[in-house]
Amino acid sequence: MILTISWLKNHLKTSASLDDIIDKLTKIGLEVEGIKDSSGAISEFKIAKILKTENHPNADKLKICDVSIGGSLVVKVVCGAKNARSGLITVYAPPGAIIPKTKMKLKVAKIRGVESKGMLCSESELNLSNENAGIIELKNKDVKIGKSFFKSPGEKAIDLSITPNRPDCLGVRGIARDLAAAGVGRLIKLKTSKFKQVSNQSIKVSITKEKNQGCQAFASCLIKGVKNQESPKWLKDKIQSLGLKPISAIVDITNYVMFDLNRPLHAYDADKINKEIIVRNSKDGESFSALDDKKYILKKDMCVIADKSGVLGLGGIIGGTRSSTELETKNILLESAYFNPASIRKTAKTLSIETDAKYRFERGIDPNSMIDGLKLATELILKICGGVASKFSISGKKNYKNKSINLNSEKFKKVIGLTIRESETKKILGNLGFNTKSSKKIFKVKIPTWRPDVSQDIDLVEELIRIKGFDKIDFIEPEKMRTKETLNFHQKLFHLSQRCVSNKGYHEAVTWSFTDQKIDELINDDKNFISILNPISKDLNVLRRSIFSNLLFYLKKNHDRGFQDIALFEIGPIFYGKKPGDQQIVIGAVKSGQLNKKSWSEKTRNVDIFDMKTDVIKTLKEIGIKEDEMFVSDKTKNCYHPGRSGSVNLNSMNGPIIARFGEIHPSIISKLDFKEKNIYGFEIFLKNIPEPEKKLRISKENYVFSDFQISERDFAFVLDKNYQVGKLDKIIRNLDKNIKSVDIFDVFQGGNLPDNKKSIAINVSIQSDKKTLSDNDLNQISEKIIKEVENKTGGNIRS
Amino acid sequence: MSDLNIIVESFEKKFSNIKSKEELQNLKSEFFGKNGLISSEFKKMNTLNPEDRKTFAKSLNDIKNQITHQIEKRFKDFENQTINEKLKSEKVDVTLPTKITHNGKIHPVSQVIDEISSIFSEIGFSVAEGPDVESEYNNFTALNTPENHPARDMHDTFYLDKNKKTLLRTHTSPVQIRTMSNGKPPFKIIVPGRTYRCDSDQTHAPMFHQLEGLHIDKNITMGHLKGCLNYFIREFFEVKKIKMRFRPSHFPFTEPSAEVDIGYKVENDKIVIGEGDKWLEILGCGMVHPNVLKNTNVDPSKFQGFAFGMGIDRLAMLKYGINDLRAFFETDYRWLNHFGFDPLDIPTNYRGLSR
Repeated sequence: MILTISWLKNHLKTSASLDDIIDKLTKIGLEVEGIKDSSGAISEFKIAKILKTENHPNADKLKICDVSIGGSLVVKVVCGAKNARSGLITVYAPPGAIIPKTKMKLKVAKIRGVESKGMLCSESELNLSNENAGIIELKNKDVKIGKSFFKSPGEKAIDLSITPNRPDCLGVRGIARDLAAAGVGRLIKLKTSKFKQVSNQSIKVSITKEKNQGCQAFASCLIKGVKNQESPKWLKDKIQSLGLKPISAIVDITNYVMFDLNRPLHAYDADKINKEIIVRNSKDGESFSALDDKKYILKKDMCVIADKSGVLGLGGIIGGTRSSTELETKNILLESAYFNPASIRKTAKTLSIETDAKYRFERGIDPNSMIDGLKLATELILKICGGVASKFSISGKKNYKNKSINLNSEKFKKVIGLTIRESETKKILGNLGFNTKSSKKIFKVKIPTWRPDVSQDIDLVEELIRIKGFDKIDFIEPEKMRTKETLNFHQKLFHLSQRCVSNKGYHEAVTWSFTDQKIDELINDDKNFISILNPISKDLNVLRRSIFSNLLFYLKKNHDRGFQDIALFEIGPIFYGKKPGDQQIVIGAVKSGQLNKKSWSEKTRNVDIFDMKTDVIKTLKEIGIKEDEMFVSDKTKNCYHPGRSGSVNLNSMNGPIIARFGEIHPSIISKLDFKEKNIYGFEIFLKNIPEPEKKLRISKENYVFSDFQISERDFAFVLDKNYQVGKLDKIIRNLDKNIKSVDIFDVFQGGNLPDNKKSIAINVSIQSDKKTLSDNDLNQISEKIIKEVENKTGGNIRS
Repeated sequence: MSDLNIIVESFEKKFSNIKSKEELQNLKSEFFGKNGLISSEFKKMNTLNPEDRKTFAKSLNDIKNQITHQIEKRFKDFENQTINEKLKSEKVDVTLPTKITHNGKIHPVSQVIDEISSIFSEIGFSVAEGPDVESEYNNFTALNTPENHPARDMHDTFYLDKNKKTLLRTHTSPVQIRTMSNGKPPFKIIVPGRTYRCDSDQTHAPMFHQLEGLHIDKNITMGHLKGCLNYFIREFFEVKKIKMRFRPSHFPFTEPSAEVDIGYKVENDKIVIGEGDKWLEILGCGMVHPNVLKNTNVDPSKFQGFAFGMGIDRLAMLKYGINDLRAFFETDYRWLNHFGFDPLDIPTNYRGLSR
């Protein structure tokens, strides 16, 4: 909503300064987005005359114009407009000016080798209209070369952002009323103008009775014998101050009334209406050509204004070309109606139409403003265009009663924490147009029909504090007291694991929850996408089902920037369905390239799967999983290299999966076009990490230690090549309680060994808690180990 | 007696010429060996009368101790010399680089969420969560934003089905609905989380992070709301005082509603929060609308309170001087490295938010 001070003063008697008004608007909730066209900037656009033109030596379509910009000043401007010709009076923007449309700041520039000082403007560039075929042609004789093009320079326009609950402030009068209530001035009474209304309105208007009828009331006035014309200067200035283009007196007047009283109107050329006006629901497939030069094909049950021949326009949204007024129009029918907000919104949304009228109707227009709007518009039309007005006719609902709300006088204090006197309550509400009667601590408040947002006592509390000022409320310092834990187990786990992974050298990424369908398919190996109906772009069109999709995508980007030897991770949701809650939190990590590159002390080597396994297992330990609760196997998923990946399950091989790790599948790597192909990843599934029982977590197990001699024995076995050595740890430990640790310190293939065999070396530490073990004891244990390993593996001790 | 003097003289002479440990060893043998000069003198003792023996023994012992001490000391010197030479040969260049370690980084959004949680923890808020995919009811209708309400236009919503019944939550407010529907008052929660709007430009990302706050009890007023937010902003920006302004605004789910601006100034191209005469919009808040309480079966005649919502990414940008919102989600290693935090830099109540 655009507001100029001069317009405001039509409704508000005030001596407040612009700054005071801006400050007050902000304080009462009418947010000032900006001050437009401050005189400094806008006055730079000057009326100028092209003295002569010559063709540009290097470009056929360009001309070099000598432009007189007032006094004896002449500048050279390169211009591409076809209509640039000597003698033309137009608008000149000097270097430094900001073009309203593009917001570009002009500079002195060489255009194809010829210097141009500023530019000549089209209406489109100045946001006056969409006209961009050529530069502005000023025909009025009274213009003065060198004067500012924009009228009333120094007049500032306040750009207000009006919240959807305040349709009444989409008109200047509503804003004036709020300001008056806030003490900035006095609201001027609406002048009741008198003009003759001779005959009855002779065009029949009917609102059909049907389900979902979007129009409740339709008031109209027939004005005959008008002479439509260009608007007078004061009206054009008003229209231009809104950023609109003046069209003709009749159109400008309807727009003026809309912005003045927040009362949209529509003017029909009465001679183009076939017999009568019928307000009805559309039939499926009906169509009409609208004033925005588009043809709309309607769905069933949209509220249309029609005549005997068909649809004239969409009520409250946009008129049609068939009945539009023109300069030649002699007789007009003026419409002032009330449309259902929901109906307006539904229709406009379906057809994607955005108009000032629609914007107002969908928020809720004062239904009782129909006649005020008709009066003001008719008066102005008669004054400017002449003619004879009919009496007003109203079809449909004629009277809208005020709703009434009871407000307990204690309510304000209860919610706001501040007392308010009865007199103040009455004064504020009264100034806002609410009629109050009080009895026994209860105010009976009548709600004006222009305030559809006020429907219960809390809304009145808001009105009171809004006008009184939020700054009157004291800060109550919060109490430093905690009765509940801040984080639950899974939230703590989230934060702990996040830092555990990061601490292993991984940079945390936060990527979209959506991803590219192509990558999603690649990683999940199926097409069970979770599609977004209206994605931001076609490569972010599905919810991610794996944490790897975006991580790999961004890993690749980093590779392309020259960073191959990096590690990234993300902790966040992945999705497995469309229902709320079909998601789980996982950690995903990727690591690629080489380690110790450019190290003077260490050997450079490729990242490998055991780097990932180390990071995964260590993280799991850090977040509370004991090593003997983890069961590692070669179970894997499609996104990993089938031979170089594994899973960690909890408590048994078939227990809940808590992690996966391994090399990313080479076919994914190559399809994503990675040049550095050595890429590994791991995932941790946090939802499967169980919450330990509280007591277990706090008190530790008894600490038992032994001071007796510890003995170590080394064994070498020859096993089948595919035997999973990881199992041996648990097998050997379970043999004897004196076996304290089992370490695999060598794995060897080749040499003299057959192709299908491998040799492993194991170190076993043996220690009793009760005595020093004898050679005999140790030998017995060794033999047990050999026998058991040979038995379980089918291998042999290496002699 | 003179024999002893000769021995001492001879020792001094030889001792001063010793050049190696071996020579010293030989010298030692020469004097203390089985037939060494000193040893031989001791043998003589038996031939002396007791009177002389006493004085002789004393002199001899003194000489022996003196010589032994000198020899031992010299042995030590030789040893030290050897060690020093060895150590000298072992000298390394300590200015060579350290071994390569990989330091991970925590994303600024995560860091700021931890900071926020830490601040609100102190005044008794718990962290609540909700799903990213929400029902249209929880995201809008229950929050007093019925279908065809123009306020829905302010949220460009991602939908998952044609009937527009499931969507990606446009704000964290649906967690208010979940929390209140599933529990009994009082409620005192914050909700940090991912939110989504299909809007993308320099200042908007299709996904961003929001912080929701909700405090419902019997007598929670707007004064509490103002105090709570003032406390939070002060703590978060780690300043003692903050200029703050509450402006009336409109959100369907709060009444009265306010937007909050904080004062700032620009100094050396950096934003300084808390002072100055410029205003920066930072959050929206208000008293929870009675309709929302009714929708979640909380009796508005008994309970009331406030809610607020703010952009976490924006808070991070303001506090840590980050200019571009889009960069948060682009996973540029250099950016993460520059703006990320050390994983050990954990914000806490007792140790402080930042190092």
